[in-house]
Formats: sequence, C-alpha cells, structure tokens
Amino acid sequence: MQPAQLLEQLLERLHRGDSRSVARAISLVEDQTELGPAIMQGLDQQRLDTALTVGITGPPGAGKSTLTSALVHHLREQGLRVGIIAVDPSSSLTQGALLGDRIRMMDHALDRDVVVRSMATRGRLGGVCASAGAAMRIMAASGCRIILIETVGIGQSEMDIASLADITLLVLAPGFGDDIQAMKAGILEVVDLLVINKADMPGSRKLLLDLGRETANSDRVLETVASERQGTETLLERILAFETELRQEEEFKQRRQRSLNKETVDWSIELIRARLTDLVDNEFLTGLDQDPRAAAEQVLSDVLRNSLTFQR
Amino acid sequence: MELYRILIGKPGLDGHDRGAKFIARALRDAGFEVIYTGIRRTPDEIAASAVQEDVAAVGLSSMSGAHARLFPAVLEALDKAGAKDIPVLGGGIIPAEDIPRLKKAGISSVFTPGTPVDTIINAFREACCQHHQQRC
Ligand SMILES: Nc1nc2c(ncn2[C@@H]2O[C@H](COP(=O)(O)OP(=O)(O)O)[C@@H](O)[C@H]2O)c(=O)[nH]1
Ligand SMILES: [Mg+2]
Repeated sequence: MQPAQLLEQLLERLHRGDSRSVARAISLVEDQTELGPAIMQGLDQQRLDTALTVGITGPPGAGKSTLTSALVHHLREQGLRVGIIAVDPSSSLTQGALLGDRIRMMDHALDRDVVVRSMATRGRLGGVCASAGAAMRIMAASGCRIILIETVGIGQSEMDIASLADITLLVLAPGFGDDIQAMKAGILEVVDLLVINKADMPGSRKLLLDLGRETANSDRVLETVASERQGTETLLERILAFETELRQEEEFKQRRQRSLNKETVDWSIELIRARLTDLVDNEFLTGLDQDPRAAAEQVLSDVLRNSLTFQR
Repeated sequence: MELYRILIGKPGLDGHDRGAKFIARALRDAGFEVIYTGIRRTPDEIAASAVQEDVAAVGLSSMSGAHARLFPAVLEALDKAGAKDIPVLGGGIIPAEDIPRLKKAGISSVFTPGTPVDTIINAFREACCQHHQQRC
C-alpha cells in the first residue's frame, strides 16, 4: 500500500475506535517515524476539544494505578470511553523499562472502550512529554471522553508531565509521600486536587495534619480507599465538576494553550538536539570558543540566524 | 538502536511468577520495554493487552503444565483480535516431547529451565526485529 493510502486507512480506523490502529498510531508517533506528524495533523479537532485529560502523579506505591482503575470503573458505569496512559521511567543505563501498571487495571482488559497504553520515559523528559501528549490526543480522537495519565514521582520534572493535563491530581498515602513535606506549603498551588489514599491505614490522619491546617481543611483535598473504591466516586464527581467550572471560565482554553506551548518547546528541544549534535561534532561551525557556555551561545545564534535567512 | 516493546504474560491458574518476572527483568536489562500483565491472565486478556500496547512480541510463561492448552489458546486469541502477526514465545516447565507440538501450533520459540538467558534474549530480539520490519 502507498503511504498516503495507509495513512488514510489508519486515520479512518483510529477514529472508529479500532484498538489496533489507535495503538499503532501511538507507536508511529512515539518512534518518531515519518508518518507521525501526518497522523497528528489528521486528528478530529472537535474530539480533542471535548476530551478531558487528567494527570495523576505521586510516589510509587501510593495507589495511583489502583485509583486509576477505580475511576475507570465509575466512568464506564456512565458509559464513557476512557483512555489511560501509564508512564514509568526507562533505565538510563540500558534504555529498557519494566512497565507494570497494567497489573492493577486488568479488570478492564476485555473492555474495548478502555484504552490502556504503558509508556517508558525513554530517557528524555521532553521526549515523553511529547509522546504522552500525542498519545492523549490520539486516544481523544478515537472517542475517549476522558484520558487519565499516570506518572511516578513528586519532583518538579514529573509535575511537568502531569501539567500536560487539563486537571492535575496528586496522590499520597501514609508512608508514601512523607518527603512531600518539603513542598507542603505549596502543594495546592501546583496541583488541583490532593488525594490522600489508603485512608484505611493508620497514619492517614497524621499525613493530612502534617500537610498543615490550611491544606488539610481545603475542599480540594479528598480521602480515598482506592482498593475498595471508597471515596472514588466522589473524587470523580469532583473532577467533573471542576471541569465544568474551568470550561465556563475560559480557563480551560488557557490551560490547554499553556500545555500546547510547553509541548511545543519540548518538541523543539527534542528536534534540535540531534541537529546540534551533528553541527558541533562535525565541526561545521569553525572558531568556536573553548568555553562550552560561550560556544553554545555562538552555536545558537548561528543556527537561529541561518534558519531565519533560510526562511526568507 | 531500535527500541522493542514486548509483553510478558502468565496464562493459567498457577501463581508462580518467579520465572516470568526473572525473564521480564532480564529483558528490561537487555534494553527492551517490557509490559508485565501479572499472573492468572486469560488468553483473551493477553491478546487484548498485546494489541493495545502494540508490542512486537509476546512471551508466555507456564509452570503448571498448562502450556499445552494455553499457549495455542493465546495464538488463537491473537488471531481473533486481528493480531496474528505478533510472534509468541513461551517458556517454563515444558517436557521435551511437547516442544515440537507447540512449535507446530505456531509458538516461535520454546524455552525450558536449562535455556541460557542470552539465548532467550536473542530469540526475542530476532522476533521483534522481524516484526518491526513488516510493520508500517
Ligand atoms: N490498604 C490499601 N491498599 C491500597 C489502596 N490503594 C492501593 N493499595 C495497594 O497499594 C499497592 C500499590 O498500589 P498501586 O496502585 O500499584 O500504586 P502506584 O505505584 O502508585 O501505582 C497495591 O498493593 C495496592 O493493592 C488503599 O486504598 N488501601
Ligand atoms: Mg502504578
């Protein structure tokens, strides 16, 4: 088949919700193949606009995957098609990754309207932001009304991934996330909702109190027992109510635009890295300063100037 | 180097996943992206997951003698899911006399407790490489 025909067929099947085509489209983008950009440009914009993306982040073991599975359960009860992207780190040494989030989501394995994709960070944060962003949009175009994206960690970089989403959620649990203390003053400035999971475990109350009175009393903090689906229906209601609020206030669009801008920057860095390496390694540029920082300025100004003249 | 995604599944009712986890880790350390689905999966669940994850190969583990029925059942499930092209490799406690039958059914490689890890890794790499070549 010709590439153009192939692309058309893939897009047509993807928009019908065909599992295989959705999955293949994500791979073709993630692997940065030639078809990638064309796939992304062929997605139904209206579906992208109506979809809601929710970032779920927190330390390993806090119950993110279990919580995700519970949310999916409630969403399916409402008849909504759901996408899940579960991101785990790649080994920086071998590039390999062990992706095990699916284990907690197997209740939905045979449900065609629950699209699950495990994704490794592939060593570059910009890379995963780009790939996860693309996967979100492909799932949305395939008819997913809500897309949940699970990422490990509580550091700034992981927050970056979560901030690709329209609404962000931080999951903590007793014994998991005590180190969050350092940023407790500002948690609710960084995320929209804070979930204290494993509320059935001792120490849950204390964790809440440790976050400070202001945080603990906020109506943006919820307690759950994800493994029993306790409090998870309420959590979903809160997420959806928050969405309605954002959409009424134009803030939804602003958030989207901010995420897109961020992804654009990530992609730019991703794309320029290879070209820069090529330029510098092959000494296309002569007379570079011995100091790397100064040399970098020279390289950048050269690249930018050239591409500008090239444009004209 | 190309990155290969593979799925390791454990069909059947036995809960011994030490072998499956060992292979999953070895493959990760060899540079694969390994999706692990956990124990007691049905062939249909494994096939559906393999499709959604767009893996280049599926690895199955069985310690309880369920391989004779369940390995071919996974091939059937993949066929039903429109993913006949995804190669399936299998390992575990498998009597030598069963191996030809499994291969005839379409399992591309069969490993036993004596198989060196490198052999297993190479078999996966080979299978993934072939699969990637035919994908668009
Ligand atoms: N007691 C209790 N255990 C839970 C709860 N939610 C999840 N778990 C368990 O915590 C462990 C880690 O859960 P997982 O969802 O994999 O965490 P993740 O690493 O954040 O994705 C699993 O054994 C879950 O069964 C909960 O609300 N209460
Ligand atoms: Mg998880």
